[in-house]
Amino acid sequence: MISRQRRAREMSLAYFLLLPSLAIFALFVFYPFFKNFYLGLFRTPPFPGLPKTYVGFDQYSEVLSSSEFLNSLRTTIAFAIMTVPTGIVLGLGLAVLAHRQLRGVGIYRTIFSSTVATSVAVASVIFGTLFNPVVGLLPWLGIDPRPPILDNPDLALPAVAIVTIWQTLGLTFILMSSGLQTIPEDLYEAARVDGATPTRRFWQVTLPLLSPTIFFAVVVGSIFAFQTFGQIDLLTQGGPLKRTNVLTYFIVTSLRQQNNDGKAAVLAVALFSITLVLTLIQVRVLERRVHYA
Amino acid sequence: MGRVAFVGVTKRFDDVVAVDHLDLEIADQEFLVLLGPSGCGKSTALRMLAGLEDVSEGSIEIGFRGDMNNVEAKDRDLAMVFQSYALYPHMTVRRNIEFPLKSRHVPKAERDELVADAAQSLGLEALLDRKPAQLSGGQRQRVALARAIVRRPTAFLMDEPLSNLDAKLRVQTRAELIELQQRLSATFVYVTHDQVEAMTMGDRIAIMNEGRLQQVGPPQEVYDRPANVFVARFIGSPPMNTVTGEVVGDSIMVAGTAFPLPGPLAAAVRAAGCAAVVLGVRPEHLEIGAEGPLPATVVVVESLGHERHVICRLDDGQMVIVRIQSDEAVPAAESTVRLSADPGQLHVFDAATELRIDA
Repeated sequence: MISRQRRAREMSLAYFLLLPSLAIFALFVFYPFFKNFYLGLFRTPPFPGLPKTYVGFDQYSEVLSSSEFLNSLRTTIAFAIMTVPTGIVLGLGLAVLAHRQLRGVGIYRTIFSSTVATSVAVASVIFGTLFNPVVGLLPWLGIDPRPPILDNPDLALPAVAIVTIWQTLGLTFILMSSGLQTIPEDLYEAARVDGATPTRRFWQVTLPLLSPTIFFAVVVGSIFAFQTFGQIDLLTQGGPLKRTNVLTYFIVTSLRQQNNDGKAAVLAVALFSITLVLTLIQVRVLERRVHYA
Repeated sequence: MGRVAFVGVTKRFDDVVAVDHLDLEIADQEFLVLLGPSGCGKSTALRMLAGLEDVSEGSIEIGFRGDMNNVEAKDRDLAMVFQSYALYPHMTVRRNIEFPLKSRHVPKAERDELVADAAQSLGLEALLDRKPAQLSGGQRQRVALARAIVRRPTAFLMDEPLSNLDAKLRVQTRAELIELQQRLSATFVYVTHDQVEAMTMGDRIAIMNEGRLQQVGPPQEVYDRPANVFVARFIGSPPMNTVTGEVVGDSIMVAGTAFPLPGPLAAAVRAAGCAAVVLGVRPEHLEIGAEGPLPATVVVVESLGHERHVICRLDDGQMVIVRIQSDEAVPAAESTVRLSADPGQLHVFDAATELRIDA
């Protein structure tokens, strides 16, 4: 039995060793988090120089029920719905295609995963050029894009979604490929001998056994989608007609252009809550998942 | 139900020849065991039969359909039990067993009946709603079997189905498999590296080594008349003693002692015209006595309860094993004994070709 003294000694050593990371977390995570929540309790004055007023949760209910916020939330959800399922279907499709023993398949794997090495900025510049109404893809094909895609209220969000799907495709492909590799080959062999067609093998063996990976990709993809900023900032700046005003962009404009740190703080708390819920779902489901022996 | 056959089948993986011109016909309702050490090509042969590997040369025949080389695994009408069992982990036992029927669009009512039959004949009724992860190794093995017997395919293929079971369960399941094969009147092609399984289960054994078929025959025949040195050493536990010797007249000189051969065998050895031979004698055909012609030193005595294995060193350093009953006198270690062999139980192989020389 471990003596009480020894246990106390070990505990104090444990805390001592945890101290550095605890300090970093406190400085860069806990303090800003609580400070941000606190900022949301104060209304920013309309003119600089005036004192802030404490309004409690009034500002929270005001901002979170405003049509501006609800529109932004709707846009963000629409964006997630456009990017996540499509990205996963494409990533899974490519992973299934590349998951076979063929000469030269490594070249395709490299190509399919290459967008991992591309930054959002690079992707935005590439697609910004492709969407360009003068030198882009459509005029080259002889189609006159008017109004230009990124200025078209109906097409701007789908266009940004395409950039995002393309940019995250590499990561999804890698996730799906590694998921496929965990499925034992003999299950496919058994299914073949059992008379299953390739389609049936996909639906009955591949997809169910890949479901943990797909679930992970959906949650992580949704979190990424809710945090999208770079491509919006570079391609549409939230426009046209605020049709691409996703939450993160809304937060930044509230802070930088309107200098309204109270409102921005409330929005940040809202975004945090959504991400937290998604993460909790992920953790709960993964914990409860039956682990196949 | 039906026959299956390998006709001049070769399998090459790049430069490696895994199976070399295999000719083997398995009759309807036969239990054939493909036996050999690991890497001998037996599993590859089975996988080619199943359609899981392509054939490099030659052809596979299943039932009365000819060349199956271009027929996919799913259309070959076979059932297979894998060493790993390959159960679908996300499906219940019921859905696992049902899978081959669903793949072949068997109607629901018939499916339920067939699943119930298969489950009943393997004692799985109580486990139908469990998932494989909730089953023991033996139960999983039964589910794999049930998934195979739920249909009546042309033949059942088994790839070391007992190797993941513990020793006791293996003996029990061995008997059940034989009974199952007889009840189904089915053709079984059974791959194993365990010669006890092969001896006890097969109607015939096909022994492979380094991709080549060494011998095919009923277990007793293979045991009594091994076709070459490899088979002689592979079948039997403890294995057959094989010592090198020289042909001198009608005798074979081993470690300075002449073993006279029976007339017809001596004539055959003379006719074969080889100077060096490998003399084989099974441990049960050697005797320890005061009179024997061959002196040897006892190295160690292993007791198995019902019998003992006396491991001896001959004067020239070659080792032999003598099997004695547990009620016989046990020679002391390091003592010198004299061995004698029943001349009628000697096997002679050409040392150069390692092939059997028959009287």
